[in-house]
Amino acid sequence: MGLALIHHLFLAAAAVTDNTKGLTAIGRGIVYGGAAIGPGIGIGLVVGNAISAMARQPESAGVVRTTMFLGIAFTEALALFGFVLAFIISG
Amino acid sequence: MESPVVAPPAAVEREIAVDMVRRGLLVAPVVVVAAGAVRGWNGVWSASIALGVVLVNFLVAAAIMNRAARSGPTAIGAAALGGYVLRLAVVVGALALLRHQPWIDLPTLGIVLVGTHLGLLMWEMKYLSLTLAAPGLRPARPGSLGDR
Repeated sequence: MGLALIHHLFLAAAAVTDNTKGLTAIGRGIVYGGAAIGPGIGIGLVVGNAISAMARQPESAGVVRTTMFLGIAFTEALALFGFVLAFIISG
Repeated sequence: MESPVVAPPAAVEREIAVDMVRRGLLVAPVVVVAAGAVRGWNGVWSASIALGVVLVNFLVAAAIMNRAARSGPTAIGAAALGGYVLRLAVVVGALALLRHQPWIDLPTLGIVLVGTHLGLLMWEMKYLSLTLAAPGLRPARPGSLGDR
């Protein structure tokens, strides 16, 4: 009886460890996903507005593309933040 | 009636990326030495890899956008979003491969990756905001390609 109880405790402890791993993986997935979706929407907005600006004023396309490129890079930094954070958290 | 003359697209993205890479190479020794002083050899390797990832990322983004700009606005949109997904996949793949290496220091890698990315962008933006606001003040540089 005692041995069975200890065996069950070990199994429970193992299950808790597995749960922790699973929860960490779920958390990492949420961080990855959130970090990718937000900048994706942001880049879509930046590029969409840049394209309509270029369509309205083709002569200013160079300036618009410059600003757009920097805007994309800044937005992308958010995704890098998320990814790096997820990797650091998960170890 | 004369149709407006539209100049061929200048390689503005390439110019920006080359600017940032040049500045990145300028600050790289300082960053690598600082990382090495704080975290040892692991810090040196991690900082070097993070700098490489950032600079190559800028160059690849510029190459993709430049290529797409020749084909028109729709291609720019597709390239921006497609390039974003592709480059992030490459960065995540590289991080996933490297993170279990014993000579990688993840916090240093992450801090240098994000810090260099943002720092170079801020530096470039400061330069650009001046040249866009007052084009006459733009410093003349040999090999300058387009109007920015």
